[in-house]
Parts: sequence; structure tokens; C-alpha cells
Amino acid sequence: MHNFEFVKPTTLAEAVKAMSTEGAQALSGGQTLTPTMKQRLAAPEVLVSLTAIPEMKGVCTGAGGLHIGAATPHAVVARDARAHYPALAALAGGIGDPAVRNRGTIGGSIANNDPAACYPAAVLASGATVVTNTRKIKADDYFTGLFETALEEGEIVTEVQFPIPEKAAYLKFNQPASRFALTGVFVAKYKDAVRVAVTGASDGGVFRWAEAEAALTKSFDVSALEGLSYPTDSMMSDLHGTPEYRANLIKVLTKRAVAAAH
Amino acid sequence: MPKDGGIGASTKRREDVRFLTGKGRYTDDINLRGQAIAYFLRSDQAHGKINKIDTAEALQMPGVLAIMTGEDFAAMGGNPAGWLVQSRGGETMKEPKRPVLAHGKVRHVGDAYAVVIAETYQQARDAAEMVEADITPLPAIVDMAQAVADASNRVHDEIENNVCFDWGWIEDNRAAVDAAFDAAPHVTTLELINNRLIPNAMEPRASIGDFDPGTGDYKLYTTSQNPHLTRLLIAAFVMGIPENKLTVVAPDVGGGFGSKIYHYGEEAAVLAASKLLNRPVKWVAERSESFLSDAHGRDHVTKIQLASDLEGNFLALRTETLANVGAYLSNFATVTPTFLHGTLMAGPYKTPLVYVNVKAVFTNTAPVDAYRGAGRPEATYSIERVVDKLCRELGLDPIAVRRKNFIQPDQFPYTTPVGLVYDTGNYDATLDKMIELGDLAGFNARRAQSEKNGKLRGIGFSTWIEACGIAPSALVGALGARVGLFDAATVRVNATGNISVMVGAHSHGQGHETVFAQIVSDKLGIPAESVEIVHGDTSKIPFGMGTYGSRSLAVCGTAMTKAVDKIIAKGRKIAAHMLEAAEEDISFEDGKFSVAGTDKAKTFGEIAFSAYVPHNYPLETLEPGLEETAFYDPANFTYPAGAYACEVEIDAETGRVEVARFTCADDFGNVMNPMIVEGQVHGGVVQGIGQALLEAAAYDENGQLLTGSYMDYAMPRADDVPMVTVDHSCITPCTHNPLGVKGCGEAGAIGSPPAVINAVIDALHSGGHTHIAHIDMPVTPARVWAAIQG
Repeated sequence: MHNFEFVKPTTLAEAVKAMSTEGAQALSGGQTLTPTMKQRLAAPEVLVSLTAIPEMKGVCTGAGGLHIGAATPHAVVARDARAHYPALAALAGGIGDPAVRNRGTIGGSIANNDPAACYPAAVLASGATVVTNTRKIKADDYFTGLFETALEEGEIVTEVQFPIPEKAAYLKFNQPASRFALTGVFVAKYKDAVRVAVTGASDGGVFRWAEAEAALTKSFDVSALEGLSYPTDSMMSDLHGTPEYRANLIKVLTKRAVAAAH
Repeated sequence: MPKDGGIGASTKRREDVRFLTGKGRYTDDINLRGQAIAYFLRSDQAHGKINKIDTAEALQMPGVLAIMTGEDFAAMGGNPAGWLVQSRGGETMKEPKRPVLAHGKVRHVGDAYAVVIAETYQQARDAAEMVEADITPLPAIVDMAQAVADASNRVHDEIENNVCFDWGWIEDNRAAVDAAFDAAPHVTTLELINNRLIPNAMEPRASIGDFDPGTGDYKLYTTSQNPHLTRLLIAAFVMGIPENKLTVVAPDVGGGFGSKIYHYGEEAAVLAASKLLNRPVKWVAERSESFLSDAHGRDHVTKIQLASDLEGNFLALRTETLANVGAYLSNFATVTPTFLHGTLMAGPYKTPLVYVNVKAVFTNTAPVDAYRGAGRPEATYSIERVVDKLCRELGLDPIAVRRKNFIQPDQFPYTTPVGLVYDTGNYDATLDKMIELGDLAGFNARRAQSEKNGKLRGIGFSTWIEACGIAPSALVGALGARVGLFDAATVRVNATGNISVMVGAHSHGQGHETVFAQIVSDKLGIPAESVEIVHGDTSKIPFGMGTYGSRSLAVCGTAMTKAVDKIIAKGRKIAAHMLEAAEEDISFEDGKFSVAGTDKAKTFGEIAFSAYVPHNYPLETLEPGLEETAFYDPANFTYPAGAYACEVEIDAETGRVEVARFTCADDFGNVMNPMIVEGQVHGGVVQGIGQALLEAAAYDENGQLLTGSYMDYAMPRADDVPMVTVDHSCITPCTHNPLGVKGCGEAGAIGSPPAVINAVIDALHSGGHTHIAHIDMPVTPARVWAAIQG
């Protein structure tokens, strides 16, 4: 790891200012950034910790549904979201291991937008709103590709607002080594529509399965998915799964998520 | 009933107290005054010609003390292969020089070509980034079949076709085996891959070189399973240091699984750097370096054929194997696929004719060497898979077929057609025990329940045997070994009656400090707490060959027992003098020397004291002191064996395999500490399940390691394995060592992979997927799903 400066602001305004420094990099739970720096694959000059800003932490209900501060660790979401949005809480409780869940944050996860991360599936399937220091971004506009988001340089995610569905479930099939999602499917049933988001499978990152959404909006039942299949062309291929295998997992996990939704 | 803390007691491991409370002392915990830090530059190319390594700029970096390259070590010797294997035609194997640092060419990703020594680790790394290596990439040789077929592309320029040797075992039997196949009513053929594994000891390799300019003595602290062997290799083969000027210390070592048997170039480099700088030089591997540069395991591509009659009586067996040895020959790389593999191809069966052919192939990959089980898992997997396939082809019961081919108890000692003499065994006994403990009678009900839950359930078996307690020196010498494989122990009774035992074996997880003390305690009738086991330091212990091949108890434990016997014999002489009795009238029991038929007695402590304070002592006829050393060279290998049953559940929609039940019935001969034995089997089975379902080292066609971290290399975790049922109550004691022990360290890793795969195939067939004759390990969800799709 190269040397760097470390700042830990306690207000959002200070954080925004710190982020305007040359070579600054936001640090939340550090679950991706720290190992990357240790491998000398990243060498930011200034690390701006976002974990000491009270307004960016915690879980509460509000006008946008369930509001989760961007610097809230997964373990806190798993505990505090359970009464309001059990599928989201279960997702948070299934990320990594206890050490990861007590360091990693929702803001860090969606700012990084790893194609195999769990949270992007929840954000997209819930039609959540990503709140930053400058604006609100709809989930459908937020995830723009592999490790790519709509965030501008220096822009800080402060909160994510999740509309609470009637029923939902997230099912993840673990990549055997990393236990990231080889494929994960989040199904959320709202009053007027069903949304299905898939992570881990596509080389473009998290995406929605429109065909399944249409079918499930008509009838929220496993049988509605009969005959549907996801095309293999945009699927990732690696040691752990071919495109065909991942496409199969999308179908299987969607069915199982519908059956498990509550 | 075992004595309290004696032989057979499940004494808790005394070493665990320090390990579990963070008080272990590993190489990285040792920091010497004035110590500098080494960082190795490793090739990012699988194969390349080194044109120039420009260190000028790096040498100017802050804190840099020296940079050494392959040039600096060109005059040193190579790190040798421990065995010279002869090819079928009689020619000796090809043994390219394995230099301390790559010289002329780099031959695998991770091949170290330079080392930077600096005041701190960060300075060494910063400077390493400034070293300019001009290396011209050459085409990578990765696939073994291509390596053998393409004479133009060579890992070592002087070795045509990249073949190290083409070994036939036993070559004289080849024609008879082939004739038996031609005449056989049925032949089962199976092509399989024994997957390449990365050992992943919890503690990465680490070494500190410490040269004393005053005395000219070298000291090496290193992560070794065998400090004397490492000293011999460095002193006699690589660096030319007199053995008595080099001390090797292997302190607490966090697991080895074979990977820390071998001498690696980093050890010689830190010693040379320490001499150059007159300062201690330390290197600790990062985990990513371990993935790239520790010796990997297995990596066989095999075609096996089993000839039988239609009732399933085995008539002949033959195999053709390509064994990957990687870019250089690691110390045991040539013996592992040959004498630790081919000699086991009879298994526990009386197959009359067996022929094994192994070609060892150089590739641009990390060296491949012995890994827990070493050759014997490869043999067992091939045999037990082909037996299973034969049963399926002939519609025969896999248990009945195994039984009818077992060597029978009255046939021991049994000479196999592949050159071993099994001393004892009872394979039906362990099989019966497995059937009982595995509740085979309840399998159909469990299968029905699984099916109700939407899962396919299968059961698979493996009846395995291994040769361990390595090894009779004369025999292995005749087969090409360059070293002896005895072991040694010194029992030093101190004046106050407590005991230091210096052993040649090295404990890096096995629990020797506990078990060896139990044995000495039991034999001498003193509390185990009064016995201290000393190991891992060549300046303290007698010349022993270390720990691998499930040898510590059978070989070093025997040496220790013999040394204890000498102590008792001398004690008897001292007691006879003190008690004024004839030596033959002195008996020794429960820590007391007594005169038969009287109440006259001396305690062991009194005798010890007398030996060191010889005021009333037969000094004219007996030396004072009470310390004895014994060396022991085993008369034969030992032959543990067992029967394993595995049940799996498969989710056919995702291909996910879950091991639902695993039962082991083993014959390890006499058991010294049941708890430790059970722990060894648990660990071995978990590694075997890891190989069967999860682990695989994968290189792409350019020789880049795709599984260079835990993100892609899947290690088994607690929730990947069930509670393993372990039994060791079937005992046929080893006939040629005094403890009657056989060894248990590798059993689980040897016996379990075929049981898992046989269970997977059984489950898939039960679901109607009868087109699937085989799936190569690791049986990942994606592979199972793809096999189901056809």
C-alpha cells in the first residue's frame, strides 16, 4: 500500500469539501477499496472517510419508504430493516461474513456497483431513489454499467430510499469461492407492478428482466414464468459459470423468489 | 482402559493452548535486531527470455540495501529432485537445473527473478516497482498433451517434448497385462482428471536468513516440515555451506500439507543476502505469492482400464497418466506420480495383473509436488472410480464387487503385482463397520425423503488403502531415492527426573507435542506433563527426516520408543547396583524399578538422580547420565486402509451438490490418541471434499493463473461439509513396528474424493440422467448442470 492522507469529516459539508482535494477518494467500509490499495492497484492521495457523519447513518421510515443512510453497515440494515422490509434485511444479512457486514456499507456497495454485489439488485428491484449531496437519482437511471454509476466526480451518496413492497424476496446463488452472487434475483411486488432485478449474471452489471416483470405483474405466481427464459448473449462467462448456466439460474432463482416472497 | 494421559487416551492437545491464545511463535513472529526485508520480483509471464534486469534506478530508492538477480546465483547449485526415476527404456529422467532465482528464462507466472532487500517492506516494494525487467515473452506451454506433442516449444531448451520421464510399472508385466485385456470378457474404460490443487496452508511461507560474520555460521528460520532435509538440500546441493555451519529452525508452522516439505529458492536467497549485508534478512510471502509459488498438488490426466469377468472378478488393470510437474522439479515431484502412485494401483484388491504408465511433463506452470496423500489419492481416485463404473456397466452391486475382490485376511503378508508387500489388513471388517455406521439400511428411506424435497440423493463408496510410514531406506534407494527415510529421537532424562525428547519429526498441526509425550509417559510411568517434546531445530534435535507421508508416529515414534527402551535398560542396570540385586531380577513397571519377589524398589526419579549425581553408581562399568538416542529405519511401509461412504443431495435445477452424510471406517492399527486421530480424519475428509466439489487451480492458455486468490479458488468452509462420522475400531496392528501403528494423517484426503464422485453419479442416475458416466472434479454446480443438459 502506498502512503496516503486520511481525513474523517463529521459533516457532509466537510466531506464534500474534502472530496474536492486533488487525488481524493471516498472511503466507506473499505471492503473493495482497501484490498485494492493493498495490492497497489489503487493509490489515492487522500482518503475521505464517510463513516463519521451522523446524517449518513441509520435506518428509518419516511416519505420515500424506508430510508437508509449511505454509511449504514450491512449488519445494521439486517437488524433494523427487518420489521419494515424483511427481504432487504435478509439480503443485507447474507452479504459476506460478519466482518464484512460490520464494515461494508450500502453506499459503498452501490457507489462501487460491482456486477456481483447484492445491494444493486435490491435498489433496482425496489425502484429506490439514490440521494446524493446534490440530487436524487432514480434507480433506473443510477446503474449505468459494470462498476459504473450516474455519480459525478466527487458526488457523495448520502441515503437510499426504498419504497416498501407488498411482497419481496432475494435469492442468491453463491459463487463457490467468493460467495458473491454468481447470480442473484430480487423480486418485489408492488401494488401496481412487479419488478425483477438480476445481479451477478450480466457483463453489464445489474439489470431488470422486463419479460418476467410483465408476466408477474399480470399474475404473481410461479406459473406465470412458464415458457420464459432469459437470453444468454449478455451473460458473463467465467470459471464458475457459462452464459447458459447463468441464464438458467436467472430463471430458477426468479421462480424460487416468487415462491418465497412474503 | 488407557492410563491417564497415556497411550490411547484422548488427551487434549497441549500445543493448542498457545495456538488458540495467540502465543504461537511462527517465523513471522521472529524479529532479529537489524533485520532487513526481502521482496521478490516474480514473473508476470508464463514463459519468457530474460534479456536484462536493470536495477540501477531501483538501487537509488530510499532504504534499498541490495538487489540480487539470477546472475548473482548462477554459480550456485540447483535445487535437486529427491528421486531419480528411470524411464521405461532404462534412461534416467531429465533433471533441469532449478536455480535460486530464474536465470536466462522465466518459466511460470510467479517465477522469482530478482529480490530487493530494503530497510522496510514498503521501501522494498517501492523499489521493486522501479526494477526494469526486459523479458521477451515466449509461447506458454500449459496443456500437457500439447507439451508432449510439440517438440519445438520447450520449457527447458534441452528437453525435447517436455517429458521428464516415461515410467512403466512394472515394465516386465506390460505384455501379460495387455494379453489379459485382449482375452477379458469385459473391459471398463474411464478417462479422468485429477484436478490441480493449491495447498493453502494457513501460514504462508516465510524465511529469515541470519549470517553471523563472527563465526561464519548461517542460521535459517523457515516454514519447514523437515528442517534437517532443508539443511541438507541447502548445504550439500545449493549453497555449498558445510552442514555444521548451517542451522535450520522451523518454529511453530501453520500447516504444510506437503507444500513445506520442499526447499524453495527464497530460503537460499535470504541466507545469501544476509551474508552479503551482514544483517538478518526476512521474507514473508503474501497470500498471492503463495498461490503463485507454493508447490501445487495432483494434476494428472489419466486413462484407466479395468478388465473383469461378467461377475465382476477383476482380471487386470492398466493406466496411462500424464503427470504435470510444472516448470521445475520440486523435491518430491518425481516420486509422487511414480512410487507413491503406481505402487498403489492394486488397491485393496487381488487383481492379479497391473500395469501403470506415467509420463511426467514439464509445463509453464508452478511446480507440482506432493500434497496431502501424494500419489495415493490419485491412485485411489482412479481405482475407485473405475470400479464404480464397472459395477454400473455390469449391473452389479458395488459393495459385493469390492468384497469379492478384496485380499482376504489369511492372504497376508500379500505381495501385490506392483511391488508392495502388505503386512496386514482386514478390508471386510472396515467395510462392515462402514455399512453399520453409515446406516446403509436406511438409505432408501433417506433417498425417498430427499426426493420429496425435490432433491436427488446418491450414495458412493470408496475402499482405499495407502502405503505410508515412509519409508524403508534400502527399498527406496533401490528405486532411485537420493536420501534415506529413517527417523531419530533422543530421550534426555534430566537430573530431576523430567524428560526432554528431541525428535526428528516436525509438528505443524499434527499434535506431536501431545501424542509423543503420551507414549513416553506411558512407557516410563511418569506424568505426561513431565515430558517435553522438542522439535524443529537442527541444533537441538538428532538428524531426522521430518514429517510427511503419515510417517511421524510409525517412524519417528518408533525411534522414540526404542530410545525409551534403552533408557529403561540402563535404568535397570543402575537400579541393580543401587538395590544390590542382579540386573535380570530387576523389573520395571509404573515408574518403579523393583527386585522381583521383594518390596525393594527405586522410583524412576531416584534412578535419574543417581545417574547425574553418581555418588553410589557403578562408574567402572556404566557411564553416568541418562540420555539415549535411537535411529529407526522401517522394515516396510505401513498400510492403513478403510471404507468410506458418502451421501449427496443434488439440486438438479442448479446443479448444486451437498454432502449430506459422510462415514469413515478406518484401520490405522493401534491408536495412540483417538481425539487426534479423529481430527486428522475430519481434516483429511474436508480436504478431499474440497478437491471433489470445490478446489481447482486453473491456468488460461497463456499460463496466467485464473485462481490466484480466494475470490476464485474455492476452499471448503464449515458449511460445505457435514459432520463426518469417524471410526477406527477395526484394528489390525502393523506387524513391523513396536507400537503397531500405521498412520492416519492422509487417510481422509485419500479415501474421500472417489466416494463423493461415486455418490454424485449415483444421485444423477437415480434421477434418470443415466447418460452421465463421469464428471471431472471439482464437481461444481455449473459442471453438474451442464452434464444434466447433456
